[in-house]
Amino acid sequence: MHDTAKPVHLRWQYLLLVFAGGTAGTALREAVGLLTPSGGFPLTTMGINVTGAFLLGALLEALVRRGPDAGRRRGTRVLLGTGVLGGFTTYSALATDTSLLFADGNVGAALLYAGGTLVLGALATWLGIAASAARHRRGTSRAGGVA
Amino acid sequence: MSALTFLAVALAGGLGATVRFVVDGVIRSRLRTPFPLGTTVINVSGSLLLGVVTGLALANLVSADWHLILGGGLLGGYTTFSTASVETVRLLQERRYLPALATGLGMLVASVIVAALGLWLGLSL
Repeated sequence: MHDTAKPVHLRWQYLLLVFAGGTAGTALREAVGLLTPSGGFPLTTMGINVTGAFLLGALLEALVRRGPDAGRRRGTRVLLGTGVLGGFTTYSALATDTSLLFADGNVGAALLYAGGTLVLGALATWLGIAASAARHRRGTSRAGGVA
Repeated sequence: MSALTFLAVALAGGLGATVRFVVDGVIRSRLRTPFPLGTTVINVSGSLLLGVVTGLALANLVSADWHLILGGGLLGGYTTFSTASVETVRLLQERRYLPALATGLGMLVASVIVAALGLWLGLSL
């Protein structure tokens, strides 16, 4: 590759991977939204964001433990992490729906939604990281290696 | 939702994710900060814009289809919760509590405030 000195965010291969992944992730989020009932409390967005936080924690930890961020690992991170999970989860809907709940006078629901997403998201991320770390440790101990 | 609208929402999300990747990369390459500024700039700006689009849709100045394409698609793909959550937990694991608080709670409070501002702007246009 002649342009390896070019930063990752300006290389067309990675831009295409993010675009493809982001399209798939957004389609998945829309599909889940269409298949679940929509009411006053944005439970679907909350579920999507918490699930995505778990998966991104697990993915990034698994990739870091396999080696440096280069080649196929970097491609996987950009396609699945930045693209699919970045597109699947959303922050603007979290902020806007919280604002709308406040505007409607549902202060309790607004705080529960925003605070709940933040705390459950952090716990899910931590669980995802821990799951990948445990999986990696089992793998290396079976192989007789030292982690 | 028609199949065509669904496709447009998905592709707009791909475009939003690509813009996020470039904006984050540019901020990362120019500024060294103790906390992930790129994700904060992206999520706060995207929340402001979704507030505006939602306000315009509530005022019937933007159609339901365009609200889906620009809101759920473009801005939904541009902003991201999963990266913000991972960056917060990584900072917590490094015991950098103040940057963690700024990335977790600070980003959310700022985003909710600018989304409210955007809603008000969109509704009063």
